[in-house]
Amino acid sequence: MAVTALSAAESRRLSPRLRKLEDERWLALALLTPTAILLGLFIAYPFFQGVLLSLSSARVGDPGHFVGLKNFHKIWNDSIFHTTMWNTFWYTGVTTVFKLALGLWLAILLNRHFRGKALVRAFILLPFIIPTVLSTFAWKWMFDPTFSVINWTLFQLGLITTRINWLGDPDLAMTSIIVVNIWRGVPFFAITLLAGLQTISPELHEAAAIDGARPWQRFWHVTWPLLMPVTLVVVLFSVIQTFADFQLVYVMTGGGPANATHLFATYAYQLGIGTGLLSEGAAISLAMFPFLFVIVVVQLLYIRRVETR
Amino acid sequence: MIEGALWRRWVFYNIPLILFVFVLLFPFYWMIVTTFRPDGELYLPWNAPNYMPFWTNNPTIEHIVYLFEETNFARWMLNTMFIALVSTLISLFCGVLAGYALARLNFPYAGGLGTAIFITYLVPQTLLFIPLAEIIRNFRLGDTPWALILTYPTFLIPFCTWLMMGYFKAIPKELEECARIDGASRWKAMVYIIIPVAIPGILSSGIIAFTLSWNEFIYALVFLSSPDQKTVPVGVTSELIRGDVFFWGPLMAGALLGSIPVAIVYSFFVEHYVAGLTGSVKG
Repeated sequence: MAVTALSAAESRRLSPRLRKLEDERWLALALLTPTAILLGLFIAYPFFQGVLLSLSSARVGDPGHFVGLKNFHKIWNDSIFHTTMWNTFWYTGVTTVFKLALGLWLAILLNRHFRGKALVRAFILLPFIIPTVLSTFAWKWMFDPTFSVINWTLFQLGLITTRINWLGDPDLAMTSIIVVNIWRGVPFFAITLLAGLQTISPELHEAAAIDGARPWQRFWHVTWPLLMPVTLVVVLFSVIQTFADFQLVYVMTGGGPANATHLFATYAYQLGIGTGLLSEGAAISLAMFPFLFVIVVVQLLYIRRVETR
Repeated sequence: MIEGALWRRWVFYNIPLILFVFVLLFPFYWMIVTTFRPDGELYLPWNAPNYMPFWTNNPTIEHIVYLFEETNFARWMLNTMFIALVSTLISLFCGVLAGYALARLNFPYAGGLGTAIFITYLVPQTLLFIPLAEIIRNFRLGDTPWALILTYPTFLIPFCTWLMMGYFKAIPKELEECARIDGASRWKAMVYIIIPVAIPGILSSGIIAFTLSWNEFIYALVFLSSPDQKTVPVGVTSELIRGDVFFWGPLMAGALLGSIPVAIVYSFFVEHYVAGLTGSVKG
């Protein structure tokens, strides 16, 4: 009772505007308004604009008119789009498996006490911190057909006799891009999974060891299930970022050779900005949406299930 | 037994860890070597007899000089710094307030709004860049820093809000109630009691937001066109490649120098960065 009396006395001294903020609902409204304005103006509004654009015949300098699903019909029958779709799934799937496996391995290597641990942890995050475009240029230079240090190393080791044209051959180019994506993503997986590992009590491992569980069994029956919630969220973020990736491919190959390494985003950029076919570019971008939506829904349902179990 | 344990430790832990560190850091070493290597050495084919890839005996700063004299590199650095700082501050302001509201206040649709924020957190920039480019042009923001300052918060605010919600939820309710009993208004309790307690969270969000803005590429590529407006990643990409010719020396110098501000910020706040990163994946 005393509480309400005091705060009532206090609120009488306040200006009318501040008194209104004593009501939780008004305060919440005031606090959320800046966020709502920015996100509404630059996410919700562009999303609707994007849908309208993809249903029109707009080009640069020509607003166009409504054409229904014609753009979607066109990209559906476009063989480059088919390659793009296949590439995006392949790229996302392969990199995610490798990032998870290598990231978990690195996290386990880091999850013990050794001298210089803090320094090692700080350094291995660098690929994730340094702007992707800039570090990707270093890789492009390492993959350069004529001056490649990778070719030099393989040659000196006697593994190859002629040069390998890493980014000039369609299959090798995709593999090279996948390697760079894994390189960039492993630190993120390792550091977040390490945080997950550190929450697992060592006593559980000791108990399992006393019961006669071998190291592999301990990992599979103790560590892995307990790590599952963190793993799922990390995979969710990584899958979405990889699926919608742009920078890496743009720098490494620009979608080439002969449109063999396009992802949704780079192909949308090439058509929408490069050639000025705004409506088709917008349609290709939006074609990502159903897939992203399904990924998010499935993972959110699964995460909730794991957490409430 | 002890001998056995030692070789096991090397085979199963130390050697794999050394390999990981080597592979993860090698591209940066390569960047540094290339930056200081003269052109004559740089463009020796890989199978030339005197090719010496890992070291140079004739270090030079010609590439760095080229960068500052022949391109707008200094300007790009300033642009990127300005854009990253202002968009980080805007996002922190919005994210802290929204995070507080969603974590600590009872109001209708709070749960739904929290989910909506999480969903926008997952919207990639590449989904919206084409319609957004139109909108930026209609707002007459094209080719100005404000095109990026106002759009970067779209991916930074959800992130900051999400992270701050986690921090605010961990602060006990009693702290606020004590302040209210002592006569503080809700607003004062938030500004003077709760937000100061959440400063580690604000630092973490701010540092990650800064590195994310520095890293952003596609919006900067699409929304900016004149050479003196560009950010570092876009400037390096568009001005140091002419047709098929790559100016590898200046390119690597630009990549190296363009990474330094982020690396400095990171090195000062490693712990906060890691805390933010791991906090961001907690459901």
